[in-house]
Amino acid sequence: MQVNKSSNALKSGAIWGFIVLELIFFSIAGEFLSLSDKAFMDTENMLLLLKQSAPIGIIAMGMTLVMVNGNIDLSVGATFAIAAMILLDSMTWTVFAGLGDWVIPVAWVLALAVGTLLGALNGLIVWKTGVDAFIVTLGSMLGFRGLVFMVNGENPTSHLNWTLVDFAEAKFLGFATATWFLLAVTLVIWFIMAKTVHGRNAYAIGNNREAAVNAGIRVGPHMVINFAIIGFLAALSAVVFYSESGSVNPNDGQLYELWVITAVVLGGTKITGGAGSVIGTLGGVIAIQLLRKGLGHIGADTSTVNLVIGLILIAVLVLDRQLNVRGKEELKV
Amino acid sequence: MATMTKQQIGGILARQGILIAFAVFMIAFTFANPKFLSVDNVLSVVRSSAILGVMALGVTFVVIGGNLDLSVGSMMSFSTIVVLDLHDSIGPFLAIPAMFAMTLCLGAFIGFLVGYLRLNSLIVTLGMLSAIHGLTLTYSGGKNMDIADKEGTWFSVFGQGTALGIPVPILMFIALAAFLGIVLAKTAFGRKVYAVGGNGTAATFSGIRRARTVFLCYLLSSGCVATAGLMQASRSLGSQNTVGQGLELGVLAAVILGGASLLGGSGTIFKTVIGVLILGFIQNGLLLMGLQFYVQFVVTWVIIILAVWLDIAAKRGKLWSPLA
Repeated sequence: MQVNKSSNALKSGAIWGFIVLELIFFSIAGEFLSLSDKAFMDTENMLLLLKQSAPIGIIAMGMTLVMVNGNIDLSVGATFAIAAMILLDSMTWTVFAGLGDWVIPVAWVLALAVGTLLGALNGLIVWKTGVDAFIVTLGSMLGFRGLVFMVNGENPTSHLNWTLVDFAEAKFLGFATATWFLLAVTLVIWFIMAKTVHGRNAYAIGNNREAAVNAGIRVGPHMVINFAIIGFLAALSAVVFYSESGSVNPNDGQLYELWVITAVVLGGTKITGGAGSVIGTLGGVIAIQLLRKGLGHIGADTSTVNLVIGLILIAVLVLDRQLNVRGKEELKV
Repeated sequence: MATMTKQQIGGILARQGILIAFAVFMIAFTFANPKFLSVDNVLSVVRSSAILGVMALGVTFVVIGGNLDLSVGSMMSFSTIVVLDLHDSIGPFLAIPAMFAMTLCLGAFIGFLVGYLRLNSLIVTLGMLSAIHGLTLTYSGGKNMDIADKEGTWFSVFGQGTALGIPVPILMFIALAAFLGIVLAKTAFGRKVYAVGGNGTAATFSGIRRARTVFLCYLLSSGCVATAGLMQASRSLGSQNTVGQGLELGVLAAVILGGASLLGGSGTIFKTVIGVLILGFIQNGLLLMGLQFYVQFVVTWVIIILAVWLDIAAKRGKLWSPLA
């Protein structure tokens, strides 16, 4: 058990160690390579980093829950786009014309409700048909994206509401609105996963579905709830982001599922389910954003970011495997 | 041959479901628009499906072997960009084998990671999707790639040429499908792929080298991707860095529609070809009916889930999952 514990501690700590390494590397490399006079670890820069982590981070929290549960959701990027479009479009509907600024909460609720419903629909299909979540969400990734395009073609949907922009650009205790949302979501999902019966059961189902069924856990409803949560969070991510930007392209959110899954796996969640934590995921999200920002800081272009992140993801997998194999061998002795 | 029970009918429907669905679609679309089955239209659909189809052939091997490949789209962008760039620098005769060699190296790398190191194929190919995209952008410097002399090169034959009145991409697709179909169904290697995907442990115990089989599947898949990249490059003689983006999903959709289980061990080349054609004809048919281009995404969504659902339902003998 000792070995197992220490290897687990090593794994959960690894992502934060990696973040520290990144900070040191980019600070030193920035001294020589950066064109700007500012240090990389500038407070302003770090606060901005947290804000920019929010869109991916908020969804990643939901993905942690879904992946711990033993499923996966590839449709989050498309859900993100649908919610964004509904948020911006609904504010211009004539039905809501008389509401003034009260249209904002209405639009928020509408976008979040649609996201939740789409997520629950995914979960319901996975539960009732028994089709693998990978296939179901692969399909809805296409389908949801098709719905986005059918509304406005390839044109962007735009609507700027200055009250909303002010809210999204506001800062409270130094953190931007988006950062607060990220922190709040992290806290809530952490609470759900660690402290509630639903969270316990989600781990149990992901770890061993047969055993969970035999123990009398109703697997289906738990899956539907988790999919509804990730749908809600994809919509929340869109709502937070587009309140500020005010314009959504039908292609927005594409490849988000890739970034989100990368962050979650970097954070130590097992792809087969049963293990993982939102704290690790938060580390994964920050590590990715640091890498993007840091490489930009030292003058590398976006292509390098893609290359490096892909290779790091694979390296983490190799390391994780080596740790596991060694742990097992030492147990045998 | 007395009266068939309900279950038997269900079984036949599910086993041949993909063919029946294909026939129903073709008939419905023909009624909606008589032009649908004209030779010109059919040829143009098959021709535009050929690139996706060639990639789907390789992925069929990977999926039957029990793995996934999400990197084929960005790998195809890579080979397209590379062959276009090399065409002008070292000439088409050398460019094509050089591009194949480079793409096969990528496939070998993935095969090594998934086969020999036994890493999760979903995550590895997800990582490679991103990494190869980065590699392509680094190679091209982010610029579009164009062939300087578009008129005076024989290179365009793979994408634009015709032989015996049939476009070359179709011939290449058919030839490759026939060849790989025989490899999968009639050779020892093909049977090993099924064995490894059906039950990896059992296959290992019966003396099949699991790692090597998986490795070869990825190598073969990257070979197909390189062929697709060649066809794409030759068809347009110029390309963006993102030409293959998102194709991995269309490819997987076609393979799944063809009935290959994502758990491995089942599927055939013939059914994958049918899957590719269904996607192609649905897209075309919906357009001919005057519907928006994007409707096809929604229709594909419904069809993928229905196809897999019915397949599973037939195997378990119940429509709804018994899961509590």
